[in-house]
Amino acid sequence: MTVANTGALTGDVAVPDELANNVFIGNIAKLLDPLYNWSRRNSVWPMAFGLACCAIEMICTASSRYDLARFGMEVFRATPRQADLMIISGTVTKKMVPTIVRLYNQMPEPRYVMSMGACASGGGPFKEGYNVVDGIDKFLPVDVYVPGCPPTPQALINGLIALQEKIDHQSIATAPWYNKKDPTAGIYPVPVLGPDLVDLRQLDLIRQEAAKRPVEDPVAAAEAQPTQPPDVEAAPKTVEPQ
Amino acid sequence: MSDAILEPPATTEPEHDPTLTPAQEAIARLKALYPDVISDETREGYEGVVVYADSLPEVAKSLRDDLGFNYLSSVTGVDIIDEGKLEAVYHLYSINRGGGPVVLHVQVNREEPLIPSLVPVFRGAEFQEREAFDMFGIRFLGHPDLRRILTWDGFNGHPLRKDWREPFYEEEHKPFGSRWPEGEVFRAEEKTPYGKNVQYPAGWLPTGDEYDAETDVYLGLSYSRDATPGLKTDKVTVNMGPQHPSTHGVFRMVVTLDGETVIDLKPVMGYLHRNHEQIGERNTFIMNMPFTDRLDYLSGASNNLGYALTIEKLFGLSVPERAEWLRILTVELVRISNHLWALGFLLNDLGAFQTPMLYNYIERELLVDFFEALTGSRMMHNYMRFGGVAYDLPDDVRGIPTLKFLEDMIYTRLPRVLDQGDDLMTNNEIVRARAIGAGYLSAADAINLSTAGPLLRASGVPYDIRRAEPYSYYDHLDFDVAVRYNGDIYDRYLIRMDEMRQSLRILEQLLPHLRRTQGAPIIGDKPQYALRAPRGGEAYGRVENPKGELGYYVTARRRDGNPQRYHVRAPSFINLTALGPMCRGYKVADSVAILGSIDIVLGEVDR
Repeated sequence: MTVANTGALTGDVAVPDELANNVFIGNIAKLLDPLYNWSRRNSVWPMAFGLACCAIEMICTASSRYDLARFGMEVFRATPRQADLMIISGTVTKKMVPTIVRLYNQMPEPRYVMSMGACASGGGPFKEGYNVVDGIDKFLPVDVYVPGCPPTPQALINGLIALQEKIDHQSIATAPWYNKKDPTAGIYPVPVLGPDLVDLRQLDLIRQEAAKRPVEDPVAAAEAQPTQPPDVEAAPKTVEPQ
Repeated sequence: MSDAILEPPATTEPEHDPTLTPAQEAIARLKALYPDVISDETREGYEGVVVYADSLPEVAKSLRDDLGFNYLSSVTGVDIIDEGKLEAVYHLYSINRGGGPVVLHVQVNREEPLIPSLVPVFRGAEFQEREAFDMFGIRFLGHPDLRRILTWDGFNGHPLRKDWREPFYEEEHKPFGSRWPEGEVFRAEEKTPYGKNVQYPAGWLPTGDEYDAETDVYLGLSYSRDATPGLKTDKVTVNMGPQHPSTHGVFRMVVTLDGETVIDLKPVMGYLHRNHEQIGERNTFIMNMPFTDRLDYLSGASNNLGYALTIEKLFGLSVPERAEWLRILTVELVRISNHLWALGFLLNDLGAFQTPMLYNYIERELLVDFFEALTGSRMMHNYMRFGGVAYDLPDDVRGIPTLKFLEDMIYTRLPRVLDQGDDLMTNNEIVRARAIGAGYLSAADAINLSTAGPLLRASGVPYDIRRAEPYSYYDHLDFDVAVRYNGDIYDRYLIRMDEMRQSLRILEQLLPHLRRTQGAPIIGDKPQYALRAPRGGEAYGRVENPKGELGYYVTARRRDGNPQRYHVRAPSFINLTALGPMCRGYKVADSVAILGSIDIVLGEVDR
């Protein structure tokens, strides 16, 4: 492999003439990044995880006619611990979203999320429903959005190529997953199911709203007294999406 | 009972009155048997009878045992908020005689909705009653396991009651003022304090109890049976799903195991519950058509047909001839494409990993191309309209003239694929060893558990709605009802092969009609968007979907542009009632194949 030697040979490093052909002096990131990204972009392993209608088009994309193996992405893994990419292929419901966040937390870095189709991106035709999450980006950082209901295999492949381009622009020197000061960074709190979906990051807001709208029924008020409020400090911190 | 289905009716059966349909005759006899608890339905456009709640099991038992109405198709709730009542509606059919339903309406007080459960009489009511409990809060007395099914334990309220409102509530009915006639774009998230699709009861504070909403699932499991008599063994409870490669989507099975043997199995669903019925009751009639595509998303056009038939029944619309032929064409092609997919996945579950699937996808892609040329979409066809279809045949598919393309598919390509499938898979030793004898379901159980479609017919019950209660032009077409008698996984595999061959037979008969009617109208001239119900009333339409009996129950008030109640009788959902009984006693690896042989689609299970 030929690499443009951009690190100028300066005076403070003297290389004997007989070794000049064997020694490289330069920017290590510029040497490694293309190699590192080239290997990663061509072996993105998606998680075998279909949610709804879009999953059918995802399977079609992976099978005979569209052949995702051309991009090195045919290895659908059934476990999150072996997967690089989570394709949110369908409607995210409130009952399902705790599982999705838990699966995401189990994926090793570097990891990517693709929001496939209208439902995953913003609720789609089912947005007004009471059990539908209006976009997975309310809970997870999304790298690529693919529009469509459902997106055609061509559209999905286009999204995957967009993801490859995103990978191309990352650098090993600044990759957040190697520079973690906080071990909980990148772990997202798993939402819980109460009378409705509870996002643990919004507990303070929920308490404020509850104070604004007090319980009218005194019996219900007595029952609703918090016995042991969940520890907000213990809830994992969140980071901004990369 | 199982023998009675296969043999001619017993001699003790009374003579039938030829002037009455089976349902009318049954109702007349029912009224004579129970004059005190049954009254006529007096509301405009309603059929059937009103039954006094406490006598319901008795009446149902009599219908099942004495009158031959042994198949409980649909159970649903209706909220009649104006009268302060909740209603449960039951549709029963006769497997032996076919024809229309006996409809039972049971009305109870909205404040204290108690109805005796029908599970002791019809085990197929189990999940449907749980759904009615979940959505309406109707308590079914004597139900073995009355828990929420589509939402979760602890959910606030019963969402299909008319006074319950979702977080993004705007108005009772569409078109919303915010969108029409002078709509302004806004994001619904801006109108809730949380910026999300959530709402909490007034003054609700998080307590920490929310973390444990699952215990009841495990409490209901049976741990009693020992797989090896005389050996004391530990039972293990295993969760399969909701993220699991073998569950065909976001479906979960809670399994109790003794070694590898399944002691008990409970399906847990609702992970794809996207509020089809609640959105459908806000929508205008035609707005629901594209939503039906997303029920069983492998057979869009077939779902369209069921809904179109129901609304045509309610509105009294007729369909031009060419539209009927086009409907049958799309529906039968969808059946083939669905079965190709289902068999690919079933063989996948049996261990033939990927290869048969990849073979079948090639053919499915051809059919998908046809649908893309016809309707503009690969999967979400949105093809039917009330009183017709949306588009006529395209000029060409993949550069080949459409009729030539269809001819090639029907006469050459698809028969060859089926023969190839037979060569490669049907007599494969591993397939036979895994599939023969596993997941047995007897004919009597299949009827009692309200299973439908290939699952019912593979157990030896030749019940096909295209013959039992013909719709469209099926009574003009020549085909056989596929039936197999062993009730195991292998027969469910074979019956799908048989059905594809019968579909090809139907399609062969269609081609001359399509040629003959070229250029004829495909839809009436009434505009679709402005349709209002010409009369109040109810309608139940059903079609033989690839998965089984797909029914729509719609009620409307006179001059309304929206349904009052919109219910989908989803075959995948009700077929799952049989999953537990079929899996018990088999190995855990078989349970995967048994699930594959039911052929579920989660969009339809959870709606």
